Amino acid sequence: MGFDQFGMKSFVSETKAAEFVTYLEEGKVMTTRCKKCQEITFPPKMDCRRCGPSEMEWFEIKEIGELGTFTTVMYGPAGFEKETPYTLAVVRFPVGIRVFGQMDRKIPIDEIKVGMAVKVVALKVSQNRFSYQFERV
Amino acid sequence: MEKDVAIVGVGQSDFMRKCSVSIAELCFIAYQEAMNGIQLKSENVGASVICSATEYDKQRSPAGVISDYLNLKGKPTFCVESLCSSSSSGLRVAYSLIKSGLHEVVAVVGFQKMSELSSAEAAERMGRSGDVMWESPFGMTMPAAFAMFARAHMAEYGTTEEQLAKVRVKNSLYGSLNNKAAFQKKVTLEEIMNSRPVVTPLKMLDCCANVDGAVVLILASREFAKRITDKPIWIHGLGAASDSATLAGRETYSSISCAREASQIAYDMAGIGPEDIDVAEVHDCFTITEIINYEDLGFAKPGEGVKLLEDRETYLGGKIPVNLDGGLLSKGHPIGATGGGQVRTIVRQLRGECQEVQVENAKIGLVHNLGGPGVYCFVTILGRD
Repeated sequence: MGFDQFGMKSFVSETKAAEFVTYLEEGKVMTTRCKKCQEITFPPKMDCRRCGPSEMEWFEIKEIGELGTFTTVMYGPAGFEKETPYTLAVVRFPVGIRVFGQMDRKIPIDEIKVGMAVKVVALKVSQNRFSYQFERV
Repeated sequence: MEKDVAIVGVGQSDFMRKCSVSIAELCFIAYQEAMNGIQLKSENVGASVICSATEYDKQRSPAGVISDYLNLKGKPTFCVESLCSSSSSGLRVAYSLIKSGLHEVVAVVGFQKMSELSSAEAAERMGRSGDVMWESPFGMTMPAAFAMFARAHMAEYGTTEEQLAKVRVKNSLYGSLNNKAAFQKKVTLEEIMNSRPVVTPLKMLDCCANVDGAVVLILASREFAKRITDKPIWIHGLGAASDSATLAGRETYSSISCAREASQIAYDMAGIGPEDIDVAEVHDCFTITEIINYEDLGFAKPGEGVKLLEDRETYLGGKIPVNLDGGLLSKGHPIGATGGGQVRTIVRQLRGECQEVQVENAKIGLVHNLGGPGVYCFVTILGRD
């Protein structure tokens, strides 16, 4: 599974964190923790910025998060012209990370509010493409 | 008080939607104006720093072509990039070149010819504005990032869309007096509120537009500056900082942390505080940005930026007049030239050349220039004396 199968449209194919997409296909949204210093980051990283050489472990983001901020995009960039309107958001999770992504399109736009409780859920975009979205709890 | 490095010349082309000249010709216009009025020949310019967000250029590595056209062939030249703050980066580099003793005079040349791109090419680049690994696959754009800052500011402080629109009402008033601005029409609150939504809660008229333009700043060492001009403008403070390029890496969305850091560094270097600033140019790429900038720069406390505007303290005659040239919202945003354009305005204010928008006896001015959605920030403090 390559990273070029991530999202609606991908720009990068090679990364040490490509396993992220394999996990998405299995229905899990995962990120990484440094085994040495325990730092958790999102996006996932296979290198620890604090420890240098270290081992990273994957874990699933299962918590309920809080919608930090959002915007509904009415004019999309190349490849997203037909997707509009779509809502981008940042969600804060209690474990200490923030995740950027799209809101579930099934939520009516006028019901999206800062502070609402959401979870991050893996999503199969098409036959070979995988992503995640924020769904209402 | 005299400092080690001065700005001795400033020049700017008109900012416009379509300039219909080449990038080198565009820079030439600004260079001529910058060299006008100082006793300096091109042979005295030791080096040039060319500033561009080069993803918008057809010309690969524009420094060679431009410096040659400006008659700076043979001198060191190179390009610096930090998106919308490219020419503030250039100013910082030029300052170091002089302060280190490598050169006595350096030209900072910022430009962008946005009209060189087809709309398809522009849309393609727009799709790579965010982190291409983790944000672009969701359809992230630059306006979307600032729209998320706006939403966060609204949620935290109760800021309204109408209050954001008041930023543009102010800036369009001053834009109508700037004959080099791309948009010189005064706009009303109603027009802004009725303009079409682009990235909620921001509407068309909450956003600045990309334009073509060039700016040149000539910097010189203290001794050289005093020889060639009666009105050197001294560099008192230079602050710069950066933040995570991904929004997921940010601590807050209602403030831009690299702007808070850059301003503190600049204030410390200048030995002053926000209350000492007579006139300022801040990066109003969107209406919300100007409000956040007031707060990040310490002109207002967090959450009180709107009040500063509504009390007309950032109008001419107020406590801290801001964007008296119309800001990016009126001038337009020629990415690589934008920061230089802001510096030019403050230099002209400190020289007393701004006629109907002149702040009386302006001695200390500040420039705040962001790159990307708060990835980079440069704060420059300039002084007349």
